[in-house]
Amino acid sequence: MSDNGKKNRVIDEVTKNEYKYGFVTDIESEQAPKGLNEDIIRYISKKKNEPEWLLDFRLKAYRHWLTLKEPDWALLHHPPIDYQDIIYYSAPKPKKELESLDEVDPELLETFNKLGISLEEQKRLAGVAVDAVIDSVSVKTTFQESLAKHDIIFCSISDAIKNHPDLVKKYLGKVVPYTDNYFAALNSAVFSDGSFCYIPKGVRCPVELSTYFRINAANTGQFERTLLIADEGGYVSYLEGCTAPMRDENQLHAAIVEIIALDDAEVKYSTVQNWYPGDKEGRGGIYNFVTKRGLCKGKNSKISWTQVETGSAITWKYPSCILKGDNSVGEFYSVAVTNNHQQADTGTKMIHIGKNTKSTIISKGISAGKSNNSYRGLVKVSKNAHNARNFSQCDSLLLGDKCGAHTFPYIESGNDTAILEHEATTSKISEEQLFYCQQRGIDKEKAIGLIVNGYAKQVLNKLPMEFAVEAQKLLAITLEGSVG
Amino acid sequence: MLLNIRDLHVSINGKEIIKGLDFSVNRGEVHAIMGPNGTGKSTLAAAITGKEGYEITKGRIIYKDEVINGWEPDKRANEGIFLSFQYPVEIPGVSMTNFMRTAVNAKREYKGLPPMPAGEFLRLMEEKKRVVEIHSKLTNRSVNEGFSGGEKKKNEIFQMAMLEPELSILDETDSGLDIDALKVVAKGVNTLRSPNNAFIVITHYQRLLDYIEPDFVHVMFNGKIVKSGGKGLALELEERGYDWIKEQFED
Repeated sequence: MSDNGKKNRVIDEVTKNEYKYGFVTDIESEQAPKGLNEDIIRYISKKKNEPEWLLDFRLKAYRHWLTLKEPDWALLHHPPIDYQDIIYYSAPKPKKELESLDEVDPELLETFNKLGISLEEQKRLAGVAVDAVIDSVSVKTTFQESLAKHDIIFCSISDAIKNHPDLVKKYLGKVVPYTDNYFAALNSAVFSDGSFCYIPKGVRCPVELSTYFRINAANTGQFERTLLIADEGGYVSYLEGCTAPMRDENQLHAAIVEIIALDDAEVKYSTVQNWYPGDKEGRGGIYNFVTKRGLCKGKNSKISWTQVETGSAITWKYPSCILKGDNSVGEFYSVAVTNNHQQADTGTKMIHIGKNTKSTIISKGISAGKSNNSYRGLVKVSKNAHNARNFSQCDSLLLGDKCGAHTFPYIESGNDTAILEHEATTSKISEEQLFYCQQRGIDKEKAIGLIVNGYAKQVLNKLPMEFAVEAQKLLAITLEGSVG
Repeated sequence: MLLNIRDLHVSINGKEIIKGLDFSVNRGEVHAIMGPNGTGKSTLAAAITGKEGYEITKGRIIYKDEVINGWEPDKRANEGIFLSFQYPVEIPGVSMTNFMRTAVNAKREYKGLPPMPAGEFLRLMEEKKRVVEIHSKLTNRSVNEGFSGGEKKKNEIFQMAMLEPELSILDETDSGLDIDALKVVAKGVNTLRSPNNAFIVITHYQRLLDYIEPDFVHVMFNGKIVKSGGKGLALELEERGYDWIKEQFED
């Protein structure tokens, strides 16, 4: 069965389940009034039947948030966000359903076709009512059986709070405390849902975990909270997001992802982010303020972030690693594309604390149109981090002359044994390269896709195979029409 | 007639480089274009292939009975015009295999054919690599990245073999080549020669023409073809240099 086929079946399952449990009709009317105050937070917590300690956590976060100011150090410009004009709790409900694909924005459909997305999935993504095509073979069930066999926990964070409170209590907010930053405080106060994953000692997760497979993955986009724990010797590869353009009514997104890797554990976290970037004039689009951090707590542990960022009007995101365990390894591989009026300020922090810790940063920025693309990264070596190593490579590629690329590398080294290398390049797609491709019969759009994918190859190679293929197409599509 | 150029004038940034050039090529022919540096030989190649910034201010380029003046470079390529570049560019991260597959399939799409199956494509690559004595390593590397001068030129001929053009233009393919590489390149061209295609060999020296025997030799000077003849003309140029041409045709 093809990958798409698998996905479709899973999606069918998901759709079926939603209807089966009457999920939709039960909760539809439940929505908090606009704005944020302690009552709203109590309301959210109550709706979710949360234990007292979690309500406390939310309230503390909220009270702390009140003392903070929105950060303004990133190279991003947007009109002020009115935090009292946002609905912070709205029970998952389906988007307005359309009758058929004929009602969908033709441009969106064209993109779907270019990505090779099947008709059924197109309907789902565009919000068209999907016929309940029920397939007797359930990939999802097989999938969950396979996880259960290894005692792997993979569920929504709401379920984890109910069913595995000790684990959640032990780790929630330990890597990204609510005091961390403005958006982390906000998320901690109001997070709606997200994923939870626990890999037990010595278990290699036999499949790539994808949010595709989680029942209530839909509608958690706005204040998503993810917690991933790999116990001693555990391994997991986790995929977040999807390549199809994602639309959302909510403009502000503030997610948190926390990863903990204990002794000898390894976590590979891959993201393809393609939230709605706004139209060609820069109207609309998602503001994406994300705090992602991994803690290499144990010795010989490893956390690897790979991200392909093509969507959102604003991206503010610095997936980081705290290398606490001796011999631990942190990696960050990133491709960030901005076109039209998009703005991205993204990068990483590698905090070396343990001995013999190693980190690698490969960042590939691609700017087109009137967009701005910044790499911002910190490599910090603390006093006792003997023999720390970092290699950073930050490249920028410009298409056209109205866009901007910026690099802000920060280095703080408190230990003389550290070896830190930094390389940075800025280049343009040359007319000569384009002509060379065209002379071989490859049209301009395809040529740009080819050149850009070549440029980003080092990062794309880090993605799981099928994700990488989709990401390649996505890069080309994102940049369509960017060179005259 | 495969190519028919009438009263061609080409300017770059408003400066006229080609100043009324007439030139025609039939299938099955090999034409050599010689001449001193800066007389517009490479500009002619750029104008035929449609490079941006080369403005045709007057005259017509007729290829397979159609005026192609305004055509995009990729359309010309897909209609069978190939340029072996004097300075092939590097495209980091794009493997030769991927690049060629994209090119071959672009042409097939243009012709209304489905993409070539992977297996068939790889067999075709193997076959064509032999024509230019390319070791398999070359095709696994990024396009022209880190290639030596000789490898780059062999790679151009390899691409020519893959794409089977009707009109091939070799722009100073011999420059920077040692004699062994030159022989390989020439052998490649001679293997591909047929009654159905034609070649324009742009060269400064006669040396390449020892290995690729032209049917016609033209001398370009000051934006025009000033003299045409057979193979003997190339030998005469080799012996006497270009000064006598300059003297005779200087404005």
